[in-house]
Amino acid sequence: MKSLLEIKNVTVRFGGVTAVDGVSLSLGKGELIGFIGPNGAGKTTLMRVITGMVKPNEGEVILEGKDLSRLPIHERVSSGLSLAQQIVRPLVSFHALDNVILACGKKKTENVLSSLFHKDTSEESEKAKDLLTQVGLADSFYNFPETMPLGHLKRLELARALALDPKLLLLDEPLAGLNQLEARKLSDLIVTLNQKGQSILLIEHNLKEVIRICKKIYVQDNGRFLAFGETAEVMSNIEVQNAYLGKNKNA
Amino acid sequence: MDYEITLLTTMSISILFALGLNFVTGFCGQISLGHAAFLGTGAYTSALMTKASIPFLITLPASAMTAGCLGFFIGLASLRVRHDFLAITTMGVGFLFVGIVRQQDFFGGEEGISGISSPGFSRFGFLLLCIALTLLFAFFSTAIKRSWMGRVFESIADDEDITSILGINVAHYKIFAFVVGTSVAGVAGALYAHHLRFIGPDSFGFVESVSVLAMVIIGGVGSVWAVSFSAALLSVLPMLIQFVDDYKLLFYSGLLFSMMRFSPGGMASIVKKMKTNNEKSS
Ligand SMILES: Nc1ncnc2c1ncn2[C@@H]1O[C@H](COP(=O)(O)OP(=O)(O)OP(=O)(O)O)[C@@H](O)[C@H]1O
Ligand SMILES: [Mg+2]
Repeated sequence: MKSLLEIKNVTVRFGGVTAVDGVSLSLGKGELIGFIGPNGAGKTTLMRVITGMVKPNEGEVILEGKDLSRLPIHERVSSGLSLAQQIVRPLVSFHALDNVILACGKKKTENVLSSLFHKDTSEESEKAKDLLTQVGLADSFYNFPETMPLGHLKRLELARALALDPKLLLLDEPLAGLNQLEARKLSDLIVTLNQKGQSILLIEHNLKEVIRICKKIYVQDNGRFLAFGETAEVMSNIEVQNAYLGKNKNA
Repeated sequence: MDYEITLLTTMSISILFALGLNFVTGFCGQISLGHAAFLGTGAYTSALMTKASIPFLITLPASAMTAGCLGFFIGLASLRVRHDFLAITTMGVGFLFVGIVRQQDFFGGEEGISGISSPGFSRFGFLLLCIALTLLFAFFSTAIKRSWMGRVFESIADDEDITSILGINVAHYKIFAFVVGTSVAGVAGALYAHHLRFIGPDSFGFVESVSVLAMVIIGGVGSVWAVSFSAALLSVLPMLIQFVDDYKLLFYSGLLFSMMRFSPGGMASIVKKMKTNNEKSS
């Protein structure tokens, strides 16, 4: 399998804390990889390194053979990444539909001058409605973020990430804040997307769902690589179990 | 009749100036406390050029260019500093402008430039030119607001970081907003210079920057027609009421403060609220 994303030797230090410590990871085209680890393992930080929101002290991020390491965020996104963040960040002055429409309009907003000469949104609006319906927000098109519950905002975040038609979809805890039924439905959607060819890197604490839907799992603990491989194999790894149990004892 | 023409010309120039700032602050969310510097840049450019016998109409695009070039650099600065820091930076640019103009004999120093030649129109013709340019930019502004660019501006005003994670080149849009908003201020400055026939460093100081910001905020950031209305009203108040003229800074900053405190959306949002209340009660 040809690799789509390659992370090489990434290290991130925040003052004295080493949030990510010499991590390498590769994801093949069409794969869905679960990315797990206890709280504070540096999962979100690694995602933010991939998108360029955090500059690593060391390391490289390569997408389809193209080195993204020096590119600003928006160029990485137009190279084919998109991220649904753990802490949802909707545009609060836009209703749900407009949030997604803006992301659908990538072609029209790429260039400043051409954005000036385009007004029509019918195409983007259709696509945005379709995406919102897919994530189960068919009844919330015109709701503003401040009136939406967290579960809905999470799905809005996902719809907006999908709207960018990414080669690689990065999901940071999309199931958090959803009840069991909603979580199951959303992970089914993630599987469906993957079956249609969408490559996905999925951070998730909901182990039950991760184990159910991901064939491969990558585990990180305290910023360090812990395990990577077939789901069953990784989950029976004694170190992985310790990392989780140890954390639970503290909690 | 002359008095009315003067009043209307003043209004029209102020509206154009305010709409320029509205483009930057209202549309794109970038606060500027030094917008008078661009009005001044345009005014000095145009006045010096007509003094050198260059036709007034040619000085208009030239004024737009000098002010817009300066705006381009402020746009670059806005990529590094945000929010309150941007307000302070732009305020600094405003002071710097006045400081430089004051020191240079080339700009007429403390005395400024007087005896600026006539623009070559009748007073009424000049008024029509001012109105035409103002309307032109007002319609351009509303067109932008409805375009994809308008959406992006709104998104940047809302949250820059999110806008860039949606794959949008925020820097380009911000610089574009600054260049347009400051070029327009430059044109307004050229008109201003040839309306009053006299300019000096004090015409473009902090008070002017605060009053134009007050016009934009009191109108309701981003709303083209409400901003035009408030600019029209506030620009002639000092001519009608002596007290306002004497205590300009106090008056405008007082207004600015109370608006932010009691109706952050400006008049536009008050009108909107009244509308929805009416609809509810009817
Ligand atoms: N901007 C920052 N400045 C300083 N420290 C940070 C910053 N972001 C993260 N950290 C620290 O880096 C470590 C890793 O945090 P990160 O959010 O990446 O973990 P995580 O695996 O996503 O955790 P969770 O499962 O709770 O979301 C933590 O110790 C955190 O406190
Ligand atoms: Mg996290």
